[in-house]
Amino acid sequence: MTNYLVEPAPHIKSSLTTQKVMLHVIIAMLPAVCAASYIYGLRALLTIVVCSAVCVLSELVFEKITKRPRTINDLSAVVTGILLAFNLPPTLPLYMAAIGSVVAIVVVKQFFGGIGQNFANPAITARIVLMLSFSSYMTTWSEPFYYKNTADAVSTATPLVSDQTFELFDLFFAKSGCIGECCNAALLLGGLYLIITRVINPVTPIAYIGTVALLTWVSGGNVTLQVLSGGLILGAFFMATDYATTPLRTSGKLIFAVGCGLLTFMIRSFGSMPEGVSFSILIMNILTPYIDKLTISHPFGAKKEVKSK
Amino acid sequence: MKLHSIRLPHRKASAEMPTLKTMNPPRVVISMSQHGGVPCTPLVQVGDEVKTGQLIGSSDAVISSPVHASITGKVTEITDVINIAGKRNTAIVIESSHRQELHESVKPPVVTDRQSFIEAVKNSGSVGLGGAGFPTYVKLNFDPKQSKADTLLINAAECEPYITSDYRALVESSHELISGIKLIMKYLDISKAYIGVESDKAKAISILTERCQAEQGIKVKVLPHSYPQGAEKILIYNTTGRVLKEGELPLSVGCIVMNCSSVIFINDYLKTGIPLIRRRITIDGNIVNKPMNIFVPVGTQLSEIIRIANLRRTPDRVIFGGPMMGSSVYDPEMPIMKTTNAVLFFDGAVATAQPTPCIRCGRCVRACSLNLMPTELESAYDNKDVERLKKLKVNICMNCGACSYVCPAKRNLSEKNQLAKILLRNGGNV
Repeated sequence: MTNYLVEPAPHIKSSLTTQKVMLHVIIAMLPAVCAASYIYGLRALLTIVVCSAVCVLSELVFEKITKRPRTINDLSAVVTGILLAFNLPPTLPLYMAAIGSVVAIVVVKQFFGGIGQNFANPAITARIVLMLSFSSYMTTWSEPFYYKNTADAVSTATPLVSDQTFELFDLFFAKSGCIGECCNAALLLGGLYLIITRVINPVTPIAYIGTVALLTWVSGGNVTLQVLSGGLILGAFFMATDYATTPLRTSGKLIFAVGCGLLTFMIRSFGSMPEGVSFSILIMNILTPYIDKLTISHPFGAKKEVKSK
Repeated sequence: MKLHSIRLPHRKASAEMPTLKTMNPPRVVISMSQHGGVPCTPLVQVGDEVKTGQLIGSSDAVISSPVHASITGKVTEITDVINIAGKRNTAIVIESSHRQELHESVKPPVVTDRQSFIEAVKNSGSVGLGGAGFPTYVKLNFDPKQSKADTLLINAAECEPYITSDYRALVESSHELISGIKLIMKYLDISKAYIGVESDKAKAISILTERCQAEQGIKVKVLPHSYPQGAEKILIYNTTGRVLKEGELPLSVGCIVMNCSSVIFINDYLKTGIPLIRRRITIDGNIVNKPMNIFVPVGTQLSEIIRIANLRRTPDRVIFGGPMMGSSVYDPEMPIMKTTNAVLFFDGAVATAQPTPCIRCGRCVRACSLNLMPTELESAYDNKDVERLKKLKVNICMNCGACSYVCPAKRNLSEKNQLAKILLRNGGNV
């Protein structure tokens, strides 16, 4: 007698997998990868490749040593690697990028239980670690297309801490800054892709950028400059939307994003480090469990629990 | 407030296949527990000759429903079987005599008032044909002095993929449906009725809307094409805006909810007196060459369905009911129940993937129409945290499977909810 397979309902499942979600994120980052390679040359691409490779390798090695199931196939380490590279200056020595990658994967992600369990964004935390360890390297920026000039690489300050004038065109297409920040147009294209494919909830970037814009406008600042410079677009679309480290519900995401916007504005206005976006997302990461607790949903038709004591 | 829902693939390939009426199984296995409530006691013995429509099982319990012979033949065995729910119960095996005769007792019931109507519904063996299998007469037999029903809701949402048996019923028996609705409204003194149909069933909507134009108090309510539209609580909310509270019956918000095929059956029973002995099922799945709808006698065995199903290969998995809420069948001799609305055949390719760690993407949270937190329920269950399970209201989960369906990590969230409910029922003991 042949017997059939038995399993719990539902007997069909969506074709979406963790790997596909991560692949969507990688696809969304490709325009910015291409833009960076064009604007900062192949050296930027090399940093991206090194970070991704070291992230995947350190995840593989860590899971081998600790005898945990292998998870590199879910591509999340690649996402972390590219994101970290996006947050580094184009000419950062590669060994520093590699150290950052190991910190991101081993310390921030795996020590806390691996994918979905980490409370802080690995790429952002690694960036802050590098910032504190190698401050001068981490604040040495290159002019766009520096590699085409015959002169040596020209160091510039990030627009937020210098007082040059800005062309709107440059802010959109080729500004100086970290690898991933240089082309806002490419980031917005990727962000749009993530929204269309429903990988991210549009509430986060809209509320985050909106809060910064509103506060800047109220305080009489240059809204366009504040929104388009620094890592705001990158952070709002790609890092404040990280699943593991941000609230589950839409209402929670709104609180999270407004909090990020508020902190970014304050750090940029009153702080002494060019770390508005990174610090604000990290601080809100830490608050995420409390936001989740605060925004608990009311089940449909549920009655109030009668205390039995 | 708009409730969460999910989009499912349609796959209603059998929708335009008129229902076939040619099934004559050589034998049937009729379970004494075709319904929610107390199982029936067999009224026949091995060796007895039975005729179609003859009462063969009954019970004195309040929540139960009688069982009738679905074919003419000889009782060859009264035996214990494991039914689709995994419970052991008695079943009567009847070998067909290939000469179908209606039993003498089959004649239209005399119905004059509320009490005789409910009595007739009780004797018909009617249970909810949508899948839940709650005895229909229990639902209708409320005390009009204590509770008042003002709305009859006809559930014709049929929101699961593949299944089209209710849709065929709407298209082929729209007249009987309206007539049945009018009978229930008349005897139970209900002033209005809504037929809730999902927007993808355009043909059924136009037929019913036309028929309803001449009727007082009966309206077609077009529901969004999303899952789980046909769940009782969701249907009540989306048609009337009323919120059914935790643990309460639809009657508490003035509603009686009935599946459309159940209403059509009651109408037919009052006209002919033939009890619930056959039902319309959809045969489909990814290895079925020719999806179809067919009337089959209750108790027809799966092997007999396979014989007529025109399969491309031997199935790896067989589902009774829909792919979202139906049950896996392991035994090729499993009989069709009154509640079986579809038999689906799949090859191994659809088999469940191994779960990977939760990435906290929140898709399950946005999928749950009851606003539950599947991912948090899962960790509460894994930690056997009874207090937290109670607080997160796992008890109101209706097992629609939407959370498991959308989960990119392929976690069996709805299964955990069912296990959690058992844990709570056992007072926290595993």
